[in-house]
Amino acid sequence: MAPTSGSPIVSLRGVGKIFGTGTLALDGLDLDLRECEFLSLLGPSGCGKSTALRIVAGLSEPSRGTVAWRDGADARRHIGFVFQEPTLMPWATVSGNVFLPLKLAGADKAAATPRIMETLSRVGLADFAEAYPRELSGGMRMRVSIARALVTAPRILLMDEPFAALDEITRFKLNDDLVALWRELRMTVVFVTHSVFESVYLSQRIVVMTSRPGRVSSELAVDAPRRDAQFRTSAEYAGYCRIASEALGRAMSAGAGVAA
Amino acid sequence: MNERALRILAPAGVLALGVLLWDLIVRINGIPPYILPSPGLVLSTLVSDWPILWSSLLATLETTIEGLALAVIGGVGLAVLFNQSRLIEHSLYPYAVILQVTPVVAVAPLLLIYLPQQAAVLACAWIVAFFPVLANTTLGLNSVDHNLADLFRLYGASRWQVLRELKLPAALPQMLAGVKIAGGLSLIGAVVAEIAAGSAGAGSGLAYRIAESGYRLNIPRMFAALLLLSLAGIAIFALLSWLTHLALRRWHESAIVRES
Repeated sequence: MAPTSGSPIVSLRGVGKIFGTGTLALDGLDLDLRECEFLSLLGPSGCGKSTALRIVAGLSEPSRGTVAWRDGADARRHIGFVFQEPTLMPWATVSGNVFLPLKLAGADKAAATPRIMETLSRVGLADFAEAYPRELSGGMRMRVSIARALVTAPRILLMDEPFAALDEITRFKLNDDLVALWRELRMTVVFVTHSVFESVYLSQRIVVMTSRPGRVSSELAVDAPRRDAQFRTSAEYAGYCRIASEALGRAMSAGAGVAA
Repeated sequence: MNERALRILAPAGVLALGVLLWDLIVRINGIPPYILPSPGLVLSTLVSDWPILWSSLLATLETTIEGLALAVIGGVGLAVLFNQSRLIEHSLYPYAVILQVTPVVAVAPLLLIYLPQQAAVLACAWIVAFFPVLANTTLGLNSVDHNLADLFRLYGASRWQVLRELKLPAALPQMLAGVKIAGGLSLIGAVVAEIAAGSAGAGSGLAYRIAESGYRLNIPRMFAALLLLSLAGIAIFALLSWLTHLALRRWHESAIVRES
């Protein structure tokens, strides 16, 4: 069973972001992140999805609007972030990379080792703890990156197009593993993607965004309990993909209209 | 012939050919040793004058290594300081450049007036050697992966943690490249200062021996000392290359042998 989604833990209201160059990346974005949900932000490149994610993470300040945390701003510390690139430290081993968030919090390596190993086995890399990132494939590096985000047991996992650079076989496998992790760990996942198929396969809720400026165009609930190979080939999946594609198409033409 | 043998045999062949040609020219033209000594005479002078040359070599090497050590400490220290404070960077960087672009040959006689001889020689070695360490380390500290920097920010890393865990390791390859250049430059600085000091009639290093032998028309000893200087330079470069390899072999692209 999928975990049931609860009340919003983060609420963005009227969030806008103007960069120094004058680019209006986001304008009037309203978005709730609910407890334990798997949410995808779907939109064309440059629609401000990543900017929205960075604002939630506190890596970027909104130019206007508010970001409200249900449990106070301190809850922001329970965030894991996975970038588009694996973003590993090449000079550190796999376990050293996964240890990083704990190390920065002042943990001792020996004491943290069981937790590091447990997290590594969760992503299927228990045998590679002492390998260096350059010795791993792209998919394995991304797994290390996910393990690093999970090692602090975050309540919210933010993922910025993490699988975009991977081949399809690896991506499918990582999608399956991510769904399994989400069910097991009962956390909120916000997944930024420009792939309709990926968003439908993974999420309970898809928020489609327009570009220039980025704001919510429409929202779509994907109400399918099973996420496996059977779902991927089902008529139900194809149906959801068609709806999401149409929504994305509308969002893009609306965006183009604004641009013109 | 395999690549490795070629890399040793080809330059060795050139050397043998060059020495042979040198010897032939001296013999056929009957050139007197005070104009151009034969290679055999240079070698026998190297052996017969070994006590003097050896102590001079040690003196020069000592200055070179001290100059290099101070250059590494000063270069890395200044680079870190510049990285931490824009004010200090803007205040001091122009002077670091001035120190670098002013020819050390012209500065050495002045330093010899104001400083004790040994200190002046060391100062010259330092002046020419520290800039590549400073420039390269600065470049390294500033080219940290932005996403990694964001990650450190996300986990609330302190300034000190960012420096120690992220910036310094990330800058290590560039820093070591700077040190490799500085090794050779430190030797040059020491030699220049010794020659300047030698013309004032004092000194004990190899370059002083060269100057002194020049005045005495002891050309074979000049050649022997020059040979030792070259060998010292090669040894310093080889040692620093080896240290760089040891430090980077596990993770940096430059140290990886690719199989094709």
